[in-house]
Amino acid sequence: MMIDDVVEPVESKGPSKKKSKLKKLLSTPAGFVGGLMVLIIILLAIFGPLIAPRDPLQINVINRFERPSREFRLGTDDIGRDLLSRIIYGSRIALTVAIPAIIFGVILGLILGIIAGYSSEKIDSFMIVFFDILRSMPALIFAIVILTMIGPNLYILPIIMGVTRVPIYGRLIRASTLRIKNNEYVLASQALGGSKMQTMFKHIFPNVVAPLFIQAAMDIPIMITFEAGLSFLGLGVPPPAPSWGHILRTGYLNVRHAPHIVIYGGLALIIATLGFTLLGETLRDVFDPKLQRKGEN
Amino acid sequence: MFLYIARRALLIFITVLGAIILLFILFQFMPGDMATILLGPRASEALVESYRVRMGLDQPVYIQISRYLANVFRGDLGTDVLNHIPVRRLVMNVLPNTIILAFSAILLACLIGIPLGVFSAANKGSFFDLLSGFLSISMITIPHFLAGILLLLIFAVYLGWFPAMGGGQPGDMINQLYHLVLPALALSLGWIGYIARLTRATVLEELGADYVRTARAKGLQERVVLYKHVLRCSIIPVIAVIGVGFGNLMGGAVLIEIVFHRPGLGYLIYNAIATRNFPVLQGGLIIAIFLYALANFIADLSYVFIDPRVRGE
Repeated sequence: MMIDDVVEPVESKGPSKKKSKLKKLLSTPAGFVGGLMVLIIILLAIFGPLIAPRDPLQINVINRFERPSREFRLGTDDIGRDLLSRIIYGSRIALTVAIPAIIFGVILGLILGIIAGYSSEKIDSFMIVFFDILRSMPALIFAIVILTMIGPNLYILPIIMGVTRVPIYGRLIRASTLRIKNNEYVLASQALGGSKMQTMFKHIFPNVVAPLFIQAAMDIPIMITFEAGLSFLGLGVPPPAPSWGHILRTGYLNVRHAPHIVIYGGLALIIATLGFTLLGETLRDVFDPKLQRKGEN
Repeated sequence: MFLYIARRALLIFITVLGAIILLFILFQFMPGDMATILLGPRASEALVESYRVRMGLDQPVYIQISRYLANVFRGDLGTDVLNHIPVRRLVMNVLPNTIILAFSAILLACLIGIPLGVFSAANKGSFFDLLSGFLSISMITIPHFLAGILLLLIFAVYLGWFPAMGGGQPGDMINQLYHLVLPALALSLGWIGYIARLTRATVLEELGADYVRTARAKGLQERVVLYKHVLRCSIIPVIAVIGVGFGNLMGGAVLIEIVFHRPGLGYLIYNAIATRNFPVLQGGLIIAIFLYALANFIADLSYVFIDPRVRGE
């Protein structure tokens, strides 16, 4: 599911090749382990309500700071909510913030990047400076400032997070656009009287999008971390939604007498980020080895 | 080469200028009137009005921006609204802490990451290589603040080896160093992983180059080839990553400073947000953005000195 979403636009050579690539993806140890971790997280997110033993929001102050026991598999938090259920529901929050954020960033970066690469030099230099300015804002601080002004907001959060990736996607797309803009098929489209818009979106777009999708897949863990960090500060997902960042905040504030909250909450976050990173990198190596060096930063 | 440096310097200038203007515009969109927020809900009309005039808030936005810019370039970042200390002094008080934290994290990352990468590349495919690869990626993916909390839990709460909070006694070097260990380690973990992988990849690539063959053909020891010739070329991408990643480092430093209650630029900004202290917030952000642009500039410059090929371009 996830894999197919990302793979589809890259692949154009028929089903047999696709299958062998998928096989290749899962045959490397990193791809297999990463795929497994991602599968667990996605399954938890989809079937959370069926798996979770309790209501993640149900408060029961008498049971606060319970250690893991048969009744509460992973213990409880500061107001007696079941930690296991909260962690399971947390996977939903993590994905429903991270993925829209990426999609938003990709769309905006794609449009601005193509415009920068394909337009006149003046617009191009303006875009470059714009990307540089946006990039010069440390992403987390930028998000903190805006969220402080508007308060925690589940709908604006992904937009803000996505914007911080726009310079990265935009530059990537601009570079690929510059590389292909003098290719025969683009020139032919122009010579045949195709409008700028048409050339941009019909001919350039499909040919610059592959590296972007791989980069975007690799950014999922970054976005998950980003959301967790903001929620840790109390600025991300509005409480009482069980974001992993909130869980870690509770755990951090009570680290001396209830360390289990930090340990299990942290473990969930590590599994998610490590899984998506391993899978993303394998995806990149299988589909576009050329990207390898650029992807390092 | 001079042209290249001049162009990069100009770009910093434009970037910082643009960022300041962008910030200013963002602050305009903030709900509520700045004077009312600063003075509180119980301030009288007249007080709010006189404050607006005194702060220049009654002027059009472009005049406010140009006035603010002029002040910034004169080195005046405004005055803290809560206790009337110049923002510049507040920032300068904590800035060394953040810079020390960032540099020790980078230093630690290079000291551990580069040898790890070279060693992995020299023993490609060995068990050590695999282990170091797995450790590297784990370190990259673990969020800074989570690494900070876990280090705090292990080394401060369970083992009690290092202090959990604060930046140490002012003037007491040993004590400050003692307080620096855990935050620096937490901040450097991801970098150790990055640098190890990057070094490994570049060393492997460079090992196939002609000059390596020449060096080997001269009869140089493998150790000399690896550490003198190959390493020198492999360091360029590392410098690039350090420059580019400085923004992430600043972001990470904010969270790390909060986790460890360490006085620093990030902690200052965070507290300014919590208390709605806008002059401090604005001043702190500008300095953070300037530092980031400066780091990029220095990274660009250092390419020129290390890699002669860049000079010609």
